[in-house]
Amino acid sequence: MKNVKYLVLGALFGLILIKAEVMSWFRIQEMFRLQAFHMYGVIGSAIATGALSVFLIKKFNIKTLSGEPIVIPVKKFTKGNIIGGLLFGFGWAITGACPGPLFAQVGAGFTVVLVTLASAIAGTWVYGLLKEKLPH
Amino acid sequence: MEWIKQPWPWYIAGPLIGLIVPALLIAGNKAFGISSALRHICAACIPANISFFKYDWRKESWNLFFVGGITIGAFITITFLSTNEPIDLNPQTIADLKAMGLTSFDELLPEDIFNWVNVGRPVGLVFFVLGGFLVGFGTRYAGGCTSGHAIMGLSTFQWPSLVATCCFMAGGFLVTHLAIPYLLKLL
Repeated sequence: MKNVKYLVLGALFGLILIKAEVMSWFRIQEMFRLQAFHMYGVIGSAIATGALSVFLIKKFNIKTLSGEPIVIPVKKFTKGNIIGGLLFGFGWAITGACPGPLFAQVGAGFTVVLVTLASAIAGTWVYGLLKEKLPH
Repeated sequence: MEWIKQPWPWYIAGPLIGLIVPALLIAGNKAFGISSALRHICAACIPANISFFKYDWRKESWNLFFVGGITIGAFITITFLSTNEPIDLNPQTIADLKAMGLTSFDELLPEDIFNWVNVGRPVGLVFFVLGGFLVGFGTRYAGGCTSGHAIMGLSTFQWPSLVATCCFMAGGFLVTHLAIPYLLKLL
């Protein structure tokens, strides 16, 4: 039952992804063709709001619902940030979706995206298989 | 009720997405990031004795509920809370894509590409199989996607996320301008 709140938050995210059309292949093309501010506005204002929220959480020492101190995981730099980042960028432009929007596209009735999703899972699996051999 | 059926502008949607960061932290110390869900699915269904998938994915199952929620939320929204009118794209984008062979601009995704008939054709191999593979392989190799790096990572001022986000954008620009015009010839 403790996971129901994440289901609800996910549903709200799904709602926003549709309402803002950011799961649209067309919007991603528009962004990479520099023909609209829309996607830049969404991502930019999301980062600003997230940063302000994290600042307030730290300033007022806000705790989790169960009273634990909030911990922000630290990300470590690897060469994967560059190589993997570029590869994901290629896939982002082709599919018109990052992982979240892939689920939203399926939910919105584009069932063929299940093939893309299955391939994304396969891609993750192959990364796991090759991890030790890849530069990091 | 009418306002909720209309598409939302960036200055409404962006801050709402940003608020998911504190919502997940306060709900249970969870870091916003979707691509991990793909890893958990691998760990749960096809671990194949690979060390990268040997961990207790059940402890991370909140992430699977979250992506399940995205799917359900998208379904409810498109079914009950949408006008289903074509997107208000820049006319130049439509003109450019028409020149490359796309014909349908009525839905959120181009029907010319995203239909089941294309699965068995070269266009499907590129747009679904190769594209999906790059999303899954690339995000895991990069240690996150747009939510984990661009939003969560940049919100918390982590420079590896800035590097990753710049590479996401660079990769997208490269493919959009150098490859998409040729890939659409497969239609």
